[in-house]
Amino acid sequence: MSDNHHHDHPTGIKRWLFTTNHKDIGTLYLWFSFIMLLIGGAFAMVIRAELMYPGMQIVDPNFFNMMTTMHGLVMVFGAIMPSTVGLANWCIPMMIGAPDMALPRMNNWSFWILPFAATMLVAPMFMGGHFMSGQGPAFGWTFYEPLSGQNDKLAFFVFAVHLLGISSIMGSINIIATILNMRAPGMTLMKMPMFVWTWLITAFLLIAVMPVLAGAVTMMLTDKYFGTSFFNAAGGGDPVLFQHVFWFFGHPEVYIMILPAFGIVSQIIPTFARKKLFGYASMVYATAAIAFLSFIVWAHHMFTVGMPVAGELYFTYATVMIAVPTAVKVFNWTATMWKGAMTFETPMLWAIAFVILFTIGGFTGLMLGVATSDFQYQDTYFVVAHFHYVLVTGALFAIIGAVYYWLPKWTGHMYDEKLSKLHFWMSTISVNVLFFPQHFLGLEGMPRRIPDYNPMFADWNFVSSIGGFVFGASQILFLFIVIKTIRGGAKATSQVWEGAEGLEWTVASPAPYHTFENPPAIK
Amino acid sequence: MQSKPHQRTVILFSTIALLMFGFGYALVPLYNVFCNVFGFNGRNEAIDNGTYNPRAEAARVLKEGVDKTRTVTVQFVASENQDLPWEFHPMTGSIDVHPGEVTQVKFYAKNLSDRTVVARAVPSMRPSEGVKYFTKMECFCFNNQVFKPGEVKEMPLIFIVNRNLPKKIQRLTQAYTFFDTKLSAESMADVKAVQPAAPPG
Repeated sequence: MSDNHHHDHPTGIKRWLFTTNHKDIGTLYLWFSFIMLLIGGAFAMVIRAELMYPGMQIVDPNFFNMMTTMHGLVMVFGAIMPSTVGLANWCIPMMIGAPDMALPRMNNWSFWILPFAATMLVAPMFMGGHFMSGQGPAFGWTFYEPLSGQNDKLAFFVFAVHLLGISSIMGSINIIATILNMRAPGMTLMKMPMFVWTWLITAFLLIAVMPVLAGAVTMMLTDKYFGTSFFNAAGGGDPVLFQHVFWFFGHPEVYIMILPAFGIVSQIIPTFARKKLFGYASMVYATAAIAFLSFIVWAHHMFTVGMPVAGELYFTYATVMIAVPTAVKVFNWTATMWKGAMTFETPMLWAIAFVILFTIGGFTGLMLGVATSDFQYQDTYFVVAHFHYVLVTGALFAIIGAVYYWLPKWTGHMYDEKLSKLHFWMSTISVNVLFFPQHFLGLEGMPRRIPDYNPMFADWNFVSSIGGFVFGASQILFLFIVIKTIRGGAKATSQVWEGAEGLEWTVASPAPYHTFENPPAIK
Repeated sequence: MQSKPHQRTVILFSTIALLMFGFGYALVPLYNVFCNVFGFNGRNEAIDNGTYNPRAEAARVLKEGVDKTRTVTVQFVASENQDLPWEFHPMTGSIDVHPGEVTQVKFYAKNLSDRTVVARAVPSMRPSEGVKYFTKMECFCFNNQVFKPGEVKEMPLIFIVNRNLPKKIQRLTQAYTFFDTKLSAESMADVKAVQPAAPPG
């Protein structure tokens, strides 16, 4: 870490290929996830275009299924997860006063695995005859057996997941080592910024569940090609077992995506409310409690597989219990804003939208978490609406807020305030036009993952599609704003925001290539 | 700078990651034990792994006698896996029985393909806790079934609903799915095929 290269670092492509600098790698992660966001978004546009009217109009059913599947996989593993890792890379060393990540070479490797994994994931879409008959995954992002086992290009998917898992695990070990071993003297655990705390806990979750996912896909692989029968009923296996193994990974996974977002919002709100976070310690404990509970609630995703009543009751109670620490967080953010000297710069707008809209997603989560009502909502658009409220207006909104919040620190320029507000309002209005009607569709009984539907669902699908197109277009505006900020703009001060506190705001903007080579003094 | 603590952290967490990979696999036997104890998945583990003893089971249940005061509805569902070119359905869709009574029903199966198929019927019961109280004296699910091209079989299922079936259960649904084992008939030579039974009179 301390080989203090003050000489020039390599330039051009070599700089990015061989970099071990946490800021460079953070940038790579963020650009990678942005590209994946646009690709996954393009898939979503195909879905919304097909669903705009009843009947089959644009794509054939297999291609539609491939779109829903790839949209989910690309967004989860390509956009949301790497973007939070990118933020962690950029911010954690600066926030704890460390010169770099603990294991810079491994950091380089964790990133550079990703483009190969993503290529392997999408490659089968282009195999087999013409484009529409691509053989990519078309079995839903949850890849339930036995359907997924019938895909002829399953091995591509399995190895892509392996690579993504290896990347995540290496990234997590790096983050844990950085946080545990490299804090500046005086930076005790309970003085760490909330973003660092949420990432520490997220990294633990990743290390605990990504290997289970790797195990699940390995079992699928050996079932298909090596004659084992983990999930193959003909050989004595059980496809329901797949769902248990998958959701043992899958439920912690949703917290892997949302905990860093909690951390981001806990940084932004105090800055613009000009108050300390209302209850720092309770936030830390609530985060840890959510992480713990995430391991013991997985079967609420599969209430309808035919569980004994005792199982349904247990998973219902355990699930509803998660509302307690989550409410601790929401009330904390609200109490931080209470009587604060609030201003509404763009990052704050995204953070406030997060608090309100994520809470809506949380409430629909409660409805789904109760077995008795879940039987009605299972596999309908109500579920789709729920998880898009927590993942788009939850995780993604927080991440976009984080980009606006730290962009002046990264680039040294202020973003265009007018355009960014336009981006915010376009996104926030359109995302509700997009997803709110899906609650109604779900309650009326429209199943998810279908390319055609009963004409009774036509009106709300049309509205939803319009919202979808506007939301998609808004993110092109975001790309434009980011590029514009990188190329120029008003000069940002070191502190950037009047109310900003924390070590990253003590270094110059843009942050120098090397920061905190000598540890800062912590009060 | 200080590579010792990093090394320790890396070793510790890599070990945890490896252990969790193993834990993923450990979920398989764990799940089977749970299912066996609580009947989660509606299957009889003893039939699955070939340790089921129909004679002993029947003897035990028959000793308990018939409960004429109670009637339980048993429904049958049959389906074939998509790879299997078969026709397969129960010849009795639903039957009312008294607990303790020996009952026989038949399933019709026809191989629609022009090749010999070795298939396996996998049973599943709902509600799943019923599986512990459903004794099979004879079932085509005990063995792999060899069907010549175009062959038709009427396969008997002889069962007893146990007297101690919980009172809240008034209806049992027994489902069978036939899977192509992809085995050859020769490799199945030692397996006894079900004899075509007399048509129900």
